[in-house]
Parts: sequence; C-alpha cells; structure tokens
Amino acid sequence: MSSVTDVKDKSPLANLGDSGAYQKLLAFASLIALLIGFSIASPNFMQTSNMIAILQATSVNGVLAVAATLVIITGGIDLSVGTLMTFCAVIAGVALTYLGLPLLFGVIAAIAAGAFCGLCSGTFVAKMKIPPFIATLGMMLILKGLSLVISGTRPIYFNDTPGFDQISRGSLIGEVIPALPIPNGVLILFLVAISASYILSRTVLGRYTFALGSNEEAVRLSGVNTDAWKMRIYALAGGICGIGGILIASRLNSAQPALGLGYELEAIAAVVIGGTSLSGGRGTILGTLIGALIMAVLTNGLRVLSVAQEWQTVVTGAIIILAVYADMVRRKKSG
Amino acid sequence: MLTRRFILGALSAAALSGPASMAAAADELYIPLVSKGFQHQFWQAVKSGAEQAADEFGVRITFEGPDNETMVDRQIDMLAAALANKPVAIGFAALDSQAAIPLLRQANEAGIPVIAFDSGVDSDIPMSTATTDNAAAAGMAADKMAELIGGKGKVAVVAHDQTSRTGIDRRDGFVNRIEANYPDIEVVTVQYGQGDHLKSIEVTKAILTANPDLNGIFGTNEGSAIGVVNGVQELGTKDLVIIGYDSGKAQTDAIRNGLMAGAITQNPVGIGYETVKAAVMASKGEAVPALIDTGFYYYDASNIDDPKVAAVLYD
Repeated sequence: MSSVTDVKDKSPLANLGDSGAYQKLLAFASLIALLIGFSIASPNFMQTSNMIAILQATSVNGVLAVAATLVIITGGIDLSVGTLMTFCAVIAGVALTYLGLPLLFGVIAAIAAGAFCGLCSGTFVAKMKIPPFIATLGMMLILKGLSLVISGTRPIYFNDTPGFDQISRGSLIGEVIPALPIPNGVLILFLVAISASYILSRTVLGRYTFALGSNEEAVRLSGVNTDAWKMRIYALAGGICGIGGILIASRLNSAQPALGLGYELEAIAAVVIGGTSLSGGRGTILGTLIGALIMAVLTNGLRVLSVAQEWQTVVTGAIIILAVYADMVRRKKSG
Repeated sequence: MLTRRFILGALSAAALSGPASMAAAADELYIPLVSKGFQHQFWQAVKSGAEQAADEFGVRITFEGPDNETMVDRQIDMLAAALANKPVAIGFAALDSQAAIPLLRQANEAGIPVIAFDSGVDSDIPMSTATTDNAAAAGMAADKMAELIGGKGKVAVVAHDQTSRTGIDRRDGFVNRIEANYPDIEVVTVQYGQGDHLKSIEVTKAILTANPDLNGIFGTNEGSAIGVVNGVQELGTKDLVIIGYDSGKAQTDAIRNGLMAGAITQNPVGIGYETVKAAVMASKGEAVPALIDTGFYYYDASNIDDPKVAAVLYD
C-alpha cells in the first residue's frame, strides 16, 4: 500500500520511513522556535501555569483537528466538526442533566451521537455522492440548529452531575505529581491522538483511509467496497468529535448550544499546518497535533506579549500561509 | 531545509518580540480587561473609556474579547493568558460565569481583585460590577414605544440573542413593561438576529411580511437596530416606529433623518472608565462599591446633540 500512499514522495529517505517525517520535524522545529521566541520576549510566557493553559487551549481544537485529519486524508473535508462537537455536548447535557442518567451514559450518548452524525455525513458523501464540502456544510447547519432546538436555546449546566467537570478540568497527573497539574483534557487529547495514529498506521481502516485519498478509483477497481470504508471513517471522525463535545462541556461545566461555528476552520488550519495535504492521501496525526499546538502557542504568546488583538489575527493568518508554503517548497525539492 | 524553516520560525518570533518588549518594559501597574467582544463599535467605546482611565491613573491596560459572543472557551483562554502576566487587577465581562469560575478562583487565591463589567459575573468573587441596568433601559424603550404609537397596536422585538444576560434582560425588560402597563399593545413576536446586521434585516423583513399592520419594532442592540432600519427601508414600509439600542454612525444617522424614532444608549465609555478606575482602587486595597451603575439615556432627534448625550454616543 505504500506505493499508493507515497506516490508524490520519491526521495529515498521518504520511502525509507514515514512520508510525513520531514514535515513533522519542520513543524516541530517551528513550534520550538515559537516557544523560544516568546520566552525571550516575555518573562511571563514560560511558566508552568501558562504552559498548562496552552495545553488546555489545545485540547478541544486538537481533538477536532484529529477528526478532521482522518476525513481530509480520504480527500474529503469535514466542516461540521465544530457544531457536531456542540451537538454532542448538548446530547450529554440532555442525558445527564435533563434525564439524570449516570455519568458514563452521558459520555457514551455523546460519543454515539457523534458517530451516528458522522455516519450520516459519510452516507451523504459515499452513497449519495454529495461532495464532502456540501454534505458537511449541510450537517454543520443542521447540527447548529438541532443543538439550539434540543437545548431550548439555553446553556445546559452539569451542576447535578458531580465529577463531570473533572473529566476535563481535573488532573490525574497532578494528584501524582503536584507540581505538574496537567488537566485530564490534555491526557484525553493525547489518548485520542495515539489511538487515531494507531488506526491510521496499523489497521486496514487506516490503510484504506490513505488509499481512498490517493486514488479512490483504483481502490474501487481492485474490488474494495470503498463506500463502506468511507462511511466508517466519517463515523470514526464523528465519534472523535463526540469526545471533543465531552471535553468542552466538561471544561465549561455546561453545554453551550450557540458555540461551535468557526471551530471547524481552526481545526482545518491545525491540520494543514501539520502537513496534511488538503488534496488527500497524505498526512499524520502527530503533524496535526503539532499544528494545533502551534496555533495555541501563537495565540497565547501574542496575548501574553499584549500584542493588539487586531494584529494577533493578522499574524495567525500569515503563519498559516507561511507554514503551508514552506511545506510546498520542501515537497517540490524532494519531488 | 530544516534550517530554512527554522530560520523562518525564528524570524517570525523575533519580529513579534519587537513591539512586545516595549510593551512589557516598564514596571507599571498592569490591568487586563477581558471583554465579551472586541470588533463592534460598542466594545471599542468601552476600550476607549478604559484607555482614558489608564492614562489618568498611569496604569497599563490591554483589552481583548472573542470574535463573537458564543465563544465561551476562547474567552476562558484569554483570561488564562491575562493571569499569566501577573496583573494587579482584572476587568472581566463573562460570556458564561460558571465556565470562568475555576480561573476566577485562581485569581482570587493569587490576591488579584476582579472587577466585572457590562453583563457582569454571576459569582461573589468580583469586588465590583460596572454595568447598565438593561432591564430598566429596555423598559424605558417600551414606554417610549407606547407613547409614540398612541398606547395601542402591535409591536415586535428583534433581539440579538436568547442566551446572554443582556439579550434576556433587554427582551424581558421591554416585553414585561408592555404587558404590565399597556394592555392595548400586543407584542406579536420576538425574533433573533444574533446582532448581525444582515441576519437582522432578514428577520425584520419576515416579521413585516407576516404582520403588515405592525406599528413598531424594538431592536435590542446596535446590529439588531440597524438591521431593522435596513429591513424597513428595503421593504419601503412607512409609519413604523423603530426604537434602537446603543449608537454607532448608522443608527445616529437613522435618528437624524427620521427613519428611527430614537434609541437607548448605554454609557460604554463610562463602563470602560469605571472598570479601570475600580480596578486601580481595588489593587491599592481601597474600598470599591459593589455595584457601579454606569447609566443610560433615551435619545432622539431632539436631544442627540445635547452634550450630555453626545458624550456617550459613538460612531
């Protein structure tokens, strides 16, 4: 399958190992450069509490970006990750606060709702042949509306479910090492990333994810039921958004029904900074994770430096273009 | 290639550190304001009031807010970054008070006084809240509406949102006053346009299409009110009483040329000023009042140039 995945990468080094190895290294170097730059510029940047704030700010966007990565590698796009996250948070709110179910059921309901919505998107794309951009744009709006309808347009609070806020806010690491209170939300992000990375690199589903993005027709002609595999990937991505929904609801101790629009673009930005190609067939979860961290470090660092907010936005946009351009230059040279 | 990318990254970081090191240089008192918004004129007016107070008291402030009022988690991230800078006090307008409580506790434990502004913070941590009495202000809009349509008829509300404190207070303040005091006036519908100009236009046109005999519309914030004016203009509806909220050039123009009857204005400059002033006092251990009413006015073509009103209007 590596001949399918790596058609664009002909350098001997790339064939030896992971096609995204260079990009990961480069993105990682940029991340370190940013951390060093900000530390020099402000004495308040490099503090444990601020590093934890950055990790916590990454957790939700990181999980959504992992979901978006899976779909983008198939050559698709998922615009619904943000509002799907909100929808799942609202489902958890209904299960826990309105119906009074135990904590675990709320979590399962949210993830199941995410997987189901992902399956719907996948069906629109695979069976009904609606372009992914349109199918997930439709889902984005449907879910935004449904979140408001189901919640009665009010935030749903989790005050009656003790322990719910600890899913994201609590810190298992902090209980063992008090000096390092890394919130559980960050752990969950890393668990999600490791699992997704395992699925992509070690399972049949992962291999078909890359294959669909590289040459769907060839896969179909070799007798594979491409529709079924595609639907599974969208459902998996949806389930991951469900985890994102739990994370944000836990962090805010409430399901905010109006939230979510715009989050899909930040997730996609993290994916492309991490070196995943929007045309499909190429990408890594580690790259996405680094991309999400770069976004969070940049946002936090500019804030700590008290850069005017209008300029923060300009710089973030410029960094996205710079990161993708550097990646293209590298690929042209190695190709 | 590694070095190339590394250099790019390092260069960008170096470019960033230039203006920043200037900002962080002096050992002056630092007070960050984390607001509910940033780009709307209203928030810019709050910011200018805050800057005015910063100059007067010799403190350094920053003013930040998320792109829109749904981004609760982004606001929390801003608050976390503000705390990292070891401020002497913080001004905070919560999008959702509950979500911010862990960080507010952290501020409290670090001995950093919190001053709430605009919609306030629903917690006992803030030492003081600088805000407009939105329900009373919307009630005044209802009284003016009743007066202008002759005490009877049908009115509608174009509100900015269903979940925020200001959205709820203004809607309920208006609707409740009409129901309590004006039995011959019916509020036929309340619709929401997210405070977005374009969406509020569509909402207004839909309301007017459904209720051709409508006598008046109340728009609950700047974006809603301008949307109402534009929607009415696009449909060419005549003899409709429009009452708005806040100011901004489009709204003051509409009042001057008679499209809009009048509007409620808060005192955003005062909100920003009072917040920073209270933060400075609190940081020095001085007593601050628990509630600072920053006031509101009803203005129309007759008093729009009155210095007292003109001072709080923004373009």
